[in-house]
Amino acid sequence: MAIILLCFIAGIVIGRLARPFQSLIRLADRLTMGWVYALLFVLGLSVGTNGEVLANFGPLGLQAGVLTAGAIVGSVAAVQLLGLWPTRPDR
Amino acid sequence: MKSSLIILAVFGAGIGVGLSGQLPAGFRPADYTEYVLYALLLCVGISIGGDRHVWSALRDRRNLRWGLVPLLVTIGTLAGAALVSRLLSDMPLRDALAVGAGFGYYSLSSVLITQAHSEALGVVALLSNLMREISTLLLAPLLVRCCGRLAPIACGGATAMDSTLPVIARFAGKEYAVVALFSGVTLTLAVPVLIFAILSA
Repeated sequence: MAIILLCFIAGIVIGRLARPFQSLIRLADRLTMGWVYALLFVLGLSVGTNGEVLANFGPLGLQAGVLTAGAIVGSVAAVQLLGLWPTRPDR
Repeated sequence: MKSSLIILAVFGAGIGVGLSGQLPAGFRPADYTEYVLYALLLCVGISIGGDRHVWSALRDRRNLRWGLVPLLVTIGTLAGAALVSRLLSDMPLRDALAVGAGFGYYSLSSVLITQAHSEALGVVALLSNLMREISTLLLAPLLVRCCGRLAPIACGGATAMDSTLPVIARFAGKEYAVVALFSGVTLTLAVPVLIFAILSA
């Protein structure tokens, strides 16, 4: 996992340095989608060949829905705190 | 929306091929995913590092108030996920936090969690974060009306910098697009770091 983070940080540094070469950045964008499709296809393959995950697809979806609801309600509630921040009448 | 459908189709196609039993014996895709993941993170980093808007959004310190948005979204998301995980019988707190820390960035969070934890939790992360993005796209107008202009930005999480930015700008107003960009960029940077920290804790 640490190597993954290092790759991420190295990418940011390379991207920052390569900013004058936007065609390179666009290539990285396109490659990103390619890797994502490849990895999600592989995740699908693993799920398709893993009887345990497949049998539990419904419960896993339910867990996902409950977690999403919690995350959305929590985050929307948290930013309400900013309403308490004193604002300058600047617009 | 279109890209979420493509993602689901690719994932579904993978399940279909896996189910069909057409895979050659001894083929273990997991053997290669680690290296693809390194390449993916490198490319994600390059796209973020090379994006002009990202750096100007991060440097924009005109208003300290907006700087708190991603922090509050992080706290709210993790607290919300932690609370509802009590309702789920077989969801340890750590797993719920890791899924929440995807902030809607379903592609990256699901592959990271699959690698670091398990396929089952990777699937939960994929579905949960996809639902977060789709909910933001569908609920943005309602959220603005009931909970204020920052609400769709909070709901969008990491996606507020790209896929949900258009609906946020449309319903919360163009001046909030800058806040959305700042919050989305900060949360996108936080996704791999937080998932790493939570799952290795």
